[in-house]
Amino acid sequence: MTLSIRIIPCLDVTDGRVVKGVNFTDLVDAGDPVEMASLYNREGADELTFLDISASSSDRETTLDVVRKTAEQVFIPLTVGGGIRTVEDVDRLLRAGADKVSINTSAIARPELIAEIADRFGSQVLVISIDARRARTESGFEVTTHGGRQSAGLDALAWVGKACALGAGEILLNSMDADGTRAGYDIGMITAVRAISKVPLIASGGAGSLEDFAAALDAGADALLAASVFHFGVHRISDVKKYLSAQGYSIRTNATV
Amino acid sequence: MIAILDYGSGNLRSAQRAFELSGAEVVITSDKDIALNAAGLVVPGVGAFASCMRGLINMGGDEIVRARVAGQRPTLGICVGMQIFFRDGDEHTNGELHKGVGLWQESISKLKAPILPHMGWNTVSVTGNSNLFNGLTDQSFYFVHSYAAKAPVGIAQAWTTHGEKFLSAVEDGAICATQFHPEKSGDAGLALIKNWVAML
Repeated sequence: MTLSIRIIPCLDVTDGRVVKGVNFTDLVDAGDPVEMASLYNREGADELTFLDISASSSDRETTLDVVRKTAEQVFIPLTVGGGIRTVEDVDRLLRAGADKVSINTSAIARPELIAEIADRFGSQVLVISIDARRARTESGFEVTTHGGRQSAGLDALAWVGKACALGAGEILLNSMDADGTRAGYDIGMITAVRAISKVPLIASGGAGSLEDFAAALDAGADALLAASVFHFGVHRISDVKKYLSAQGYSIRTNATV
Repeated sequence: MIAILDYGSGNLRSAQRAFELSGAEVVITSDKDIALNAAGLVVPGVGAFASCMRGLINMGGDEIVRARVAGQRPTLGICVGMQIFFRDGDEHTNGELHKGVGLWQESISKLKAPILPHMGWNTVSVTGNSNLFNGLTDQSFYFVHSYAAKAPVGIAQAWTTHGEKFLSAVEDGAICATQFHPEKSGDAGLALIKNWVAML
């Protein structure tokens, strides 16, 4: 057997609650992050990602609590992103029970942060999250900030190369053009990033049909992150994995022990 | 009682909870006596080989591990906690070797694989008479590492392939070790932890 592809649901969390539409019938409280994390774990999620979208620092403290409670009950890897600016922020999250952190804007503002985190905790804890879109840059893709509304003035492939050289352990590639469209991942972008990076690549943005997941893997993604298709029950994680397994991809089947 | 050795290495709280689910009492400790005398000692480890080894030596953990092994007291290394049981490792050192605890006279070296770290769920194939994997055939476990041991040591082994075949678990008398993270490997990992606790 080989390494399995990973399916990663992403939950937006603020003030201790999951926000941005969650639509499950089998949850008592659709806003409770621990309950949702447990449910996705039972569904066969291979990892979980929390994106902390808190506006205030007191809300961020609450997120640490959410991470603590989740890590005590759900025994699969947990990545936390959002609002991480310093090595100390990373330390707090890891101590609370996160296994990995993802950074985005703060790494663009100060790339040395990547090396600082990798030196202290190892590259394996560090996911570099990149919001990219098609543009007239050298590679045809540029990095954006502010949820895809502003250009960061960086060529996306140049940024991937730099982040990897500084010690990124994994790349989370979000297509801002495809995000929310459910029209498929940006295959050209995944292919281009795969060609120049030797760390694991998580594709994000645009998942709609089951075929979309397979296409991203064919383009070189090692893992697939999605939010709304899972939250709204368009697909269950178990159905995506069943489909991919039937297509010959290596997936982790749920342990029954 | 099970002690999880705290020598400055990462996320210990979820490991504590995972071992508690086996029904055992579990403490996170850097106290030498507790670590020496616990029924089982867990040596976790994240980050680089050299920095883990430095942290371990700084609190006398290398001596604790050697003393436990000499006294046949069950000890479990996880991830880099497994790697530092070996003689040496060449991580991040431009070919220079860093000394490990030296329970096994083999070396840790970088995996030859196109994509590193080896990150995610992979299967294991067990050789020898294993207690750890009792009832756990065809299960996947969660890995995150770029370095590994490649030579067989111990009485029973588990093998995994990423680019090349490497040692993903060892059982050797009182010493057990896993390159993967059982505390992050869902139900299969919890079952493996239960198997280890049953051996204490």
